[in-house]
Amino acid sequence: MKLPIQWLREWANPKADDAMLAAKLTRAGLECEVLDAPPTLANIVVGEIRAIAPHPQADRLRVCQVDTGGKAPSTIVCGAANARVGMKAPVALPGAKLPDGTEIRTAPLRGVESAGMLCSAKELALAEKSDGLLELDASAKVGTPIGAHLRLADATLALELTPNRGDCLSILGLSREISAVFGVPHRRPTIAATKVTSKRRYPVALESRADCARYAGRAIERIDPAARTPDWMRERLRRAGIRCIHPVVDVTNYVLLELGQPMHAFDCAKFGAAIKVRRAKAGEALKLLNEQDYALEARDLLITDGDKPLALAGIMGGAASGVGAQTTDIFLESAVFRPELVAATGRRLRLPSDALYRFERGVDPTLQRVALERATQLILEICGGAAGPITEAGALTPKAVVVKLRRARLDQLLGYAIPSAEVEASLRRLGLGVKLLGKTGWQATIPGHRYDLRLEVDLIEEAARLYGYERIPARAYPALLVPAPVPEARPVDRARATLIARGYQEVVTYAFVDAGLQGQLAPDAKAIPLDNPIADTLAHMRTTLWVGLIQAWRYNQQRQQKRMRLFEVGVCFRDEGGAVVETACLAALAAGPAVPEQWGQPQRATDFFDFKADVEALAGAGADVSFQPGEHPALHPRQTARLVRGGRPVGWAGPLHPRLVAALDLPEAPFLLELESAALGPAAVPRPGQVSEFPASRRDLALVMKDDVAAATLLAQAREAAGGCLREAGVFDVYRGAGLPNGFKSVALSLIFQDNSRTLTDVEVDSAVQAVTRRLRESLGASIRGEISGGVDQGGTGRSAV
Amino acid sequence: MDIIESLLGKARADIGAAADARALEQLRVDLLGKKGSVTELLKQLGGMAPDQRKAFGERVNKAKDEVGGLIDARKRSLADVALAQLLAAEAVDVTLPGRGTMPGGAHPLTRTIERIERLFAEQGFASVSGPEIEDDFHNFQALNIPESHPARAMQDTFYVQGGKKLLRTHTSPVQIRTLEKLVKSGGKPPVRIICPGRVYRKDLDRTHSPMFHQVEGLYVAEKVTLADLKYDLMSFLSRFFEREMEVMFRPSYFPFVEPGADVHIRWGDRWLEVMGCGMVHPNEFKAVGLDPEKYTGYAFGMGVERMAMLRYGVDDLRLFFNNDLRFLGQFS
Repeated sequence: MKLPIQWLREWANPKADDAMLAAKLTRAGLECEVLDAPPTLANIVVGEIRAIAPHPQADRLRVCQVDTGGKAPSTIVCGAANARVGMKAPVALPGAKLPDGTEIRTAPLRGVESAGMLCSAKELALAEKSDGLLELDASAKVGTPIGAHLRLADATLALELTPNRGDCLSILGLSREISAVFGVPHRRPTIAATKVTSKRRYPVALESRADCARYAGRAIERIDPAARTPDWMRERLRRAGIRCIHPVVDVTNYVLLELGQPMHAFDCAKFGAAIKVRRAKAGEALKLLNEQDYALEARDLLITDGDKPLALAGIMGGAASGVGAQTTDIFLESAVFRPELVAATGRRLRLPSDALYRFERGVDPTLQRVALERATQLILEICGGAAGPITEAGALTPKAVVVKLRRARLDQLLGYAIPSAEVEASLRRLGLGVKLLGKTGWQATIPGHRYDLRLEVDLIEEAARLYGYERIPARAYPALLVPAPVPEARPVDRARATLIARGYQEVVTYAFVDAGLQGQLAPDAKAIPLDNPIADTLAHMRTTLWVGLIQAWRYNQQRQQKRMRLFEVGVCFRDEGGAVVETACLAALAAGPAVPEQWGQPQRATDFFDFKADVEALAGAGADVSFQPGEHPALHPRQTARLVRGGRPVGWAGPLHPRLVAALDLPEAPFLLELESAALGPAAVPRPGQVSEFPASRRDLALVMKDDVAAATLLAQAREAAGGCLREAGVFDVYRGAGLPNGFKSVALSLIFQDNSRTLTDVEVDSAVQAVTRRLRESLGASIRGEISGGVDQGGTGRSAV
Repeated sequence: MDIIESLLGKARADIGAAADARALEQLRVDLLGKKGSVTELLKQLGGMAPDQRKAFGERVNKAKDEVGGLIDARKRSLADVALAQLLAAEAVDVTLPGRGTMPGGAHPLTRTIERIERLFAEQGFASVSGPEIEDDFHNFQALNIPESHPARAMQDTFYVQGGKKLLRTHTSPVQIRTLEKLVKSGGKPPVRIICPGRVYRKDLDRTHSPMFHQVEGLYVAEKVTLADLKYDLMSFLSRFFEREMEVMFRPSYFPFVEPGADVHIRWGDRWLEVMGCGMVHPNEFKAVGLDPEKYTGYAFGMGVERMAMLRYGVDDLRLFFNNDLRFLGQFS
């Protein structure tokens, strides 16, 4: 909202300059800034067109004789269609400089010497666009500088108010606040009752007082349809950002700005002889002033003439009953409607309006009659006419609201004791009736305009705000702490650190994604669509983090990044039988070469086992995550591992399916991992076993077996058969090709034996190895290719390189 | 010339000219071995007169020591040369980059959240989380934001399931969930928590992202005051930026706190808003079943992106969500 500062200062005028005024209001919680006055328009004066003659050379130009207060009229060539004899308009005299930089000189215009320029509002930077000359009041004094006539040396206050301070959305309200903040008098003009000179009376009926607490209205007959809104009012409306439409509408807007009461004017010729405020009925519709038709619902509140809808209460008038150029008799409405209804309808129909903005924040329920009188006065002044009697309905005198403020509670909540005199003075300055309750506190009577003050804490805030938050000292205090248990390591933090150490960069992507891409990556999960997405490509909640990772990869890949290791930690969402299920997940993507391009190391593509090492590091030794062959619709069917923990599937790892690589037009198949964060933890507390003092014996075996024997099965069988002395078993080579039958592979197995209490004998180790070979032969059909080597591994550190 | 002198002269020359350890060893045998020329001289001692013998013997022994010393010295010098050659052959260009993989990095927002969490943890705030798809009660009603409240229009909400649920517009519902859980389990304040997390508002332009991050804070106990709130936030801000910050509390409005304030910090010649805060509204205590007469509390909230932008000098919010590695890599 914008308000001209001159106008404000007529009501409350602190000594502070405009900048200080804005700064102090802002510090009191009413955020505002000063928009500077427009540049002075030197050498531009009020002129009157005395005569108009056609231009000898140009059809669209005319030659005007304009009185600018000099001895003789100036000859000015003008192209505006609205120029007419007797009209007053701004004239830029030779030597003037327009806001856009144009310098005005006496110069020939198509052969006729023009001594200046008649100006439009746009040319004076008083409007974004304009149509023809800026017409001035007929009473404007010729020769007066335009800046003086329009009182342009005036800055504007732009306010960004919090929703609780609807009471400050007017000159009346804001000046009241200025008076309280600065401690200066509030000069509220008295508005006298208008003399009633017409008998035209409209009965008003309210369907529900809950919906419409108060309604005041009156007719004004025989207004002058040719009346013109005077310049002083036009200027105030312009500075507040309101367009002039019709004198009656302009007056209602003016009163809205001045007092904060939204009003509406109906053309009496266009509706019946009564007013009824009621809810809409099923099937009703209304065309509003914006020329749009709206279907109405039972929650919409209407102004009707008892039968047909006239206006959407508190939001906008109907097109059919509005005032226009032919209007002579009007009915003025000044009412207060239930904020919830107005807000709900306004939001449903997406109809922001100045009236709605105020009603949803609240309107002083004692203001309706005053505003009606004020508007009547202004209309009679501008348009003439005869005012009828006021009809009112609803609660005529709202109940007084009384709120107690306890001294002890005030001190307790603030942690500081504001002196009693200051508390009392602040409340009084806000217009509250204050009664002292001994030493224990105060009792405040709340005026109608402070409908936001209902609880003790509301008064505490007011007292603290006016005293100044900066004057309440910060205070170190003894806090009662209940420390939460601290886990050994937060699994997600640890996983993040592991991935970062292994070269992965964390990304953060939107939680809403493109349904098409997601459907291809996770066709089985039921995604939750947004009712009101910001874009079609961001319309579904993600069921997998892969969508964001693939997009982040593509984004960077298109910017010449080749090798990428990305991960994201975030929530995935899915619909399970109507219930929202949120799962915290971690996902990673690896694309490009196995290692960054560097000297002394050949480049090769990342393979499954490069990626698997990252996954293993992530899952950690503590978390017993196992890898099982599996199939996922988005992953390569023969290179996919299902991650299982405690018998429960917790994630997937593998390269993107070649079919999707082609369908998505990707340059390569990235490796993808997705894991439920819960599978990462809790991080196990280490329980170290005994470290043996005795030498270990290593035996290596080369075994030939069918290609489809899984390494995990082989190792499990070997471990089981080897008995208690086996400390470690591992695969250190896998070979296929020459020398082996088709469909067979040779696997090199290392077995390390060690005991905690003595050195094992060769006989013991040999017999264990024989048990292993026997078992592998019997259960897996593996045959010995030859014992490759044997010996003592003194290091005892596990697998040695062969 | 004296036989010893001439022998010594030749020995010195030979040792000096010896090219390697083998040649030196040969010289040692030739000179000092059982049949070496120096040893031979000693054998002559037997045939000498006693007075001659003593003097000659001393000279031969001296010569023997000298030859032995020369051989050892030459050996060491040859070893030094050999080592120097070996080392020279093994020279590397230490300015060449190391091999392997450099670490990646955490996202700057994660880094910021971790920093905020750590600073508050030191002041006894536990970090908790809550659902991102919320219901109207927790996101609005319990926070004293009834339907049709203008504050709802201020934060345009994403809805799902035909309006039944919504994407949380702030981390404040975690306040409600934490207090509800406490009351339900028969517990009592004090509660001292922060809740970092993603939040959603239907806004997209240069300075708004439809998804962003907040950290909510809540302290509820008996006799919590506005002065306590000011102290905790002022000390947090100074610690976060690692310098004494000038902090201003300006009256503001959030339906679930009263008195409410915006927190501004002096940034060059401007005041920048970085947080919202206030004393927990009695209606919130009532909504979760706590006695507002007995307990008071404070709550605050901050935008993580805002804090990260100020801390790291980032001027465009969108950089956090583009995931351009050339930007993210600078936080490694």
